[in-house]
Amino acid sequence: MAKQEQDKQYLFDNPKNVKRLLYIVYAICLILVLLEFVINRHVYHSWESIFAFYPIYGFVGCVVLVFVAKWMRIFLMRDEDYYDKLEKKQHPAPTKKESADIVSDEAEQAQGGNNVDA
Amino acid sequence: MWMPEMPAFAPFFIGALIALFTQGKVRQAILLITPVLSGLHLLTVPVGTMLSFDFMGFQLEVFEVDKLSLLFGYIFHIAAFICMLFALHVKDTLQQISGLLYAGSAVGAVFAGDLITLFVFWELLAVTSVFLIWATRTERSYLAGLRYLIIQVLSGVVLLVGIIFYAHEHNTIDFAKIGLSDTASWLIFIAFGVKCAFPMLHNWVTDAYPEATPTGTVFLSAFTTKVAVYALARAYPGTELLVYIGVTMACFPIFFAVIENDLRRVLSYSMINQIGFMVVGIGIGTTLAINGAVSHAFNDILFKGLLFMSMGAVLHMTGKIDGSRLGGLYKSMPKTAILCMVGAASISAFPLFSGFVSKSMVMTAAINNGYGWAWLLLLFSAAGVFHHAGIKIPYFAFFAHDSGIRTTEPPKNMLLAMTISAVLCIAIGVYPQALYSLLPYDTGYNPYDATHVLTQTQLLFFSALAFVWLNLKKMYPPELPSVNLDIDWLYRRLFPAILTPFFNTFWAVDRAIRKSFMRGLNGMLGMISRHEPDGILSRTQLSGSMVIWVSILLAVFLILSFW
Repeated sequence: MAKQEQDKQYLFDNPKNVKRLLYIVYAICLILVLLEFVINRHVYHSWESIFAFYPIYGFVGCVVLVFVAKWMRIFLMRDEDYYDKLEKKQHPAPTKKESADIVSDEAEQAQGGNNVDA
Repeated sequence: MWMPEMPAFAPFFIGALIALFTQGKVRQAILLITPVLSGLHLLTVPVGTMLSFDFMGFQLEVFEVDKLSLLFGYIFHIAAFICMLFALHVKDTLQQISGLLYAGSAVGAVFAGDLITLFVFWELLAVTSVFLIWATRTERSYLAGLRYLIIQVLSGVVLLVGIIFYAHEHNTIDFAKIGLSDTASWLIFIAFGVKCAFPMLHNWVTDAYPEATPTGTVFLSAFTTKVAVYALARAYPGTELLVYIGVTMACFPIFFAVIENDLRRVLSYSMINQIGFMVVGIGIGTTLAINGAVSHAFNDILFKGLLFMSMGAVLHMTGKIDGSRLGGLYKSMPKTAILCMVGAASISAFPLFSGFVSKSMVMTAAINNGYGWAWLLLLFSAAGVFHHAGIKIPYFAFFAHDSGIRTTEPPKNMLLAMTISAVLCIAIGVYPQALYSLLPYDTGYNPYDATHVLTQTQLLFFSALAFVWLNLKKMYPPELPSVNLDIDWLYRRLFPAILTPFFNTFWAVDRAIRKSFMRGLNGMLGMISRHEPDGILSRTQLSGSMVIWVSILLAVFLILSFW
């Protein structure tokens, strides 16, 4: 049965269907720009009077968003276990009971006290 | 029992108590019925109902109902029911009970008529919800839960100090409009800001929410931040500072969301972005803006809940939630994929979906009140929302490259909960008047005019086009297994890195000082105790020296007596 599942063709396994979907998106985009000629939209902000302001703003905005985010990766991205490496060393595992934590704390304190007495 | 004055949180707490002592199917039934019964009761409660009593000279209004609190009360009941249904298969007493108590605390907070009651529920929200994070029972979730709890309780402490100052200065603890003026109002503002995820104070959301259980995150996403939005709407409407804060909140998280790998963390960033819209609305403070803010909170609980549920379902079925490890799931979870896309369309504010009818109110209010710059930035973030939440979430989970994972649809209760949310999202989008009738003000706003529908559709489709173009050109940043630094780097990395060596040296020096002091003291004691001829106690003293000391003491006493 697992093999049947593997062999089954799904909607987007066929590159033609992906192409079709993309053409639909392009067509809708084209229609939406053309509608600017038909629908007389209200203008509230001076930038809105630019022809096809919303399409341009949406497209440029998203491209800028992605490029800036990509650039942010240079200085923000770290390994997946960046915090884990540090924090798992410092803190006891949660599987231990809380009482175990208290005992270890007390043990540490007792050690500190011993040092003073020495 | 059915008296209108019964506080709305009471059924939840009673339900939790009964659920604690029952098991199996009976408990499941109680978990589901509690929000339903409580909700039906709330429908009969009229505006203006109040339950109050005296407490140490203060008038405590435990249950005060007006249109604003009622709106949040309704949505919290709907959310509680959907969350309970979504989590029905979970057989974990800890999560079941804390979930119900958490929902009850949120309901209690929005009906609090005075600041002390608000404070009590404010802290209860923190204490009850942390168990939903700890219930994952991993080391990561344990530490994330601790950080969450510290920040949340801190917010409560700041609130308490603010309330004490406020009560002292104004001689009232009534929870009404406060406005930024004195220290007390600033403290309360900051306390609200922590829970509302203001920039720099936001990190607890993106740190803790993705570590909760698949069902726990859905609870978390519904209540805490929305209580804060409610509190801001009540106490600080028209505070201009909120416009700046809100715009920042709407804009900066979308950059993080684009490069984040953990899809639930992407949704957490997107949540801060959506709250940004609400905060801007509250900051503008006109009737239309406030309506927009609170209705967007209402809708956000539904569509963000739906998105978190769909990701919870993915995590539940596959055990994975990273964009880099998922993909192609539409083949085995087609229903979940479609429901997720309904949520995505709603958050992106497509016409006929719920986001469209509420987000636009805030946008319109911004431009009508001279915040043109804010409007432009909100428009940018509206396009960005579609990019990271609308496309990225469904695309990387259900489509993109086939990860080879083959699973099945999630349990029926999960699917049903998601379906209810999806139906509500579409119903509100198609028939917004139902939601508008619940709003605090009547503004006669109509979202469906040709300009608005056209411009919003243009904006969204060209955002989609940008995604397609970037992907085809291979310029879209791939999902990588990674951690992105945020403000939490300060308290998880920088402060420990500085403070650990500092305290290590501090304690070492301290130990050395105490050691040498003890050595000296021991030596002295030894010397005193020695009775050999050269010991202090065995030395012979002249009796004349005693006479001198007595006369000196008397002289000092005499001089002092002159004063």
